[in-house]
Amino acid sequence: MEQLAGWGNFPVTEANLVRPERLRDLVPVGDSVIARGLGRSYGDAALNSSGTTVLTTKLDRFVEFDATTGLVRAEAGLSLGALLKAMVPRGWFVPVTPGTQNCTLGGCLAADVHGKNHHRDGTFSRHVTKATLVLASGETRVLNQSDPLFWATAGGMGLTGIIREVELQLIPVETAYMQVKHVKSPDLDTTIELLTDPAHDAQYTVAWIDCLASGASLGRGVFMAGDHAPKSAVPLNREDPLRLKMKNTKPFPIDLPGFALNPFTIKLFNAAYNSFQGRRGEFLSPYPSFFYPLDGIDQWNRMYGKRGFVQYQFVLPAATAQIAMREVLRRFSEARRASFLAVLKRFGAQGPGLLSFPTEGLTLSLDIPMSSGILEFLDGMDAFVRNHGGRIYLAKDSRMGPEMLRAGYPRLDEFCEVRRLVDPAGRFSSDLSRRLKLCP
Amino acid sequence: MQWAEAGYPIYLLGRDTDELQRISTDLELRCGVKVWHKQFDSNEHTGHAALVREIADQAGAIEGFLIALGYMGDQSTSETDVAECEKVLGTNFVDVAVLCHACASHLESLETGWIAVLSSVAGDRGRMSNYVYGSAKGGLSVFLQGLRSRLQKSGVHVLTVKPGPVDTSMTFGMSKLPLLCPPEKVASDIVRAVAKRKDVLYTPGPWRLIMFILRSVPERLFKKTSL
Repeated sequence: MEQLAGWGNFPVTEANLVRPERLRDLVPVGDSVIARGLGRSYGDAALNSSGTTVLTTKLDRFVEFDATTGLVRAEAGLSLGALLKAMVPRGWFVPVTPGTQNCTLGGCLAADVHGKNHHRDGTFSRHVTKATLVLASGETRVLNQSDPLFWATAGGMGLTGIIREVELQLIPVETAYMQVKHVKSPDLDTTIELLTDPAHDAQYTVAWIDCLASGASLGRGVFMAGDHAPKSAVPLNREDPLRLKMKNTKPFPIDLPGFALNPFTIKLFNAAYNSFQGRRGEFLSPYPSFFYPLDGIDQWNRMYGKRGFVQYQFVLPAATAQIAMREVLRRFSEARRASFLAVLKRFGAQGPGLLSFPTEGLTLSLDIPMSSGILEFLDGMDAFVRNHGGRIYLAKDSRMGPEMLRAGYPRLDEFCEVRRLVDPAGRFSSDLSRRLKLCP
Repeated sequence: MQWAEAGYPIYLLGRDTDELQRISTDLELRCGVKVWHKQFDSNEHTGHAALVREIADQAGAIEGFLIALGYMGDQSTSETDVAECEKVLGTNFVDVAVLCHACASHLESLETGWIAVLSSVAGDRGRMSNYVYGSAKGGLSVFLQGLRSRLQKSGVHVLTVKPGPVDTSMTFGMSKLPLLCPPEKVASDIVRAVAKRKDVLYTPGPWRLIMFILRSVPERLFKKTSL
């Protein structure tokens, strides 16, 4: 038995872990099983205190790669980082990436992750051409996008089976660099306008928001836009524009004590981050600093100390988003439930994943250090989000209730129907699925 | 893999053909190098020399051999079960030693190259909890000292690798292992030690000091510990 937690270090549970090293050993064990990759979901999605947790990280082999089409097939334990390391020098990039490269292909599909290009390219699953799933019966099934089980698995948080292999369509890039543009924004309206205005659009867009700003400067921040840099944009003195010098990550050494985090230090941190990211105008950036600024500090989650944190991410539909977002920010600002990072992003249309999170509108995510009263505060926030037709991201969640899930995910029943066909006994289950009474 | 990343072609030997195939494909796709593989049974001692020749015929000049061959077994079983005891001693010592000789005579004739062999910190001192495995590894370390001396004249380098507990399937689930180390760290230490022609590598580094201290404890005291 070991202590295990998600990236948010909340909740922490006992875990019975297995870690197969050979493909044939990747099978469900016991009555309750959940797969776990690199543990970057924040809450309890990859925790299973009443059963077995199967670590997939040793099943991370490349299986097939077509250098003319960019179609790659690999075992689901392969990380995006390892994939990029091998593929960027050959001129290929992942079609969708979340804010860390320390996540597995299986995890990306199970959470149906999105990136800064969601408004153009949709979620991860859109680019997955095939997935191999180990079912509750132990049988292995190859799924493609015409299979209902594929769309239950995409965003299904591992509750349909263990994803064994993923076939992914990569996108061609000419260089390992991004052409980035930063624009400072004085208030929320401007920030949202920057995210929506076609004149400012790019393949990747996102805005960083200073959650502690209030009054007239509520929602101020930095709008960041990026595109993969063409060869012509990279100075000729760089030897090979597809190769970067890899820097070592610096681990965050210790769990900081609780008192190190107070609204004042967070304000300082935000201001520092602001001036760093606040480089104005257009510039060239290596892809890791554009996509993965926090990966540079290994285990940055330890900043929040032993009690951990909640990452609260929700989406509000386009119709109500602008007004409702103002109210949400006002509440956070007023309550001083401060956050290092608040990220605002405009989503494009919803995909076919039955439990896939992104829907058309605006999404905000904030880190909230655990403290007394925080869960009650967030329950209040849930009610507000629900009343405005929003939903919460399962890969980040550790605390919402079953009603919030049901209200936010209208296709839940369809999901449960598909799941019942392949896993009638609910063998694949996690602390998250039990907390949310997902398919009773 | 770090050698493959550096562009070296690789020839893999192992028991499990499916796994060999899987690893070979991965290395080829990931690193863009040629990878061969062949099933291999370390018990068949008389076949080792022919196997080394076959590798050389197929893959061309061999730069070096990495021998990671062992069997942890179970100490308490070995104490009563003769077959288990023979298997632990045989796999960790006899099989590896015989294989080393096959590699050695090949490289000796070429007058270049290296042999890196995984021994263990467990071979530095006999402990009641692990002395069967430890003695085989200890014997291996002594064997390699002699082999190093013999091959030194022909310019062939022998590296004894003494890892502490490594985070592999062998140790997974064992609670509270001291300084459990990721295999990637051991790998990069080996790659560096081969390049620098080091004789004995403790990995991770602190084990050199720990084992020095453990070796220095008088036997009169050490025998009373429950290590």
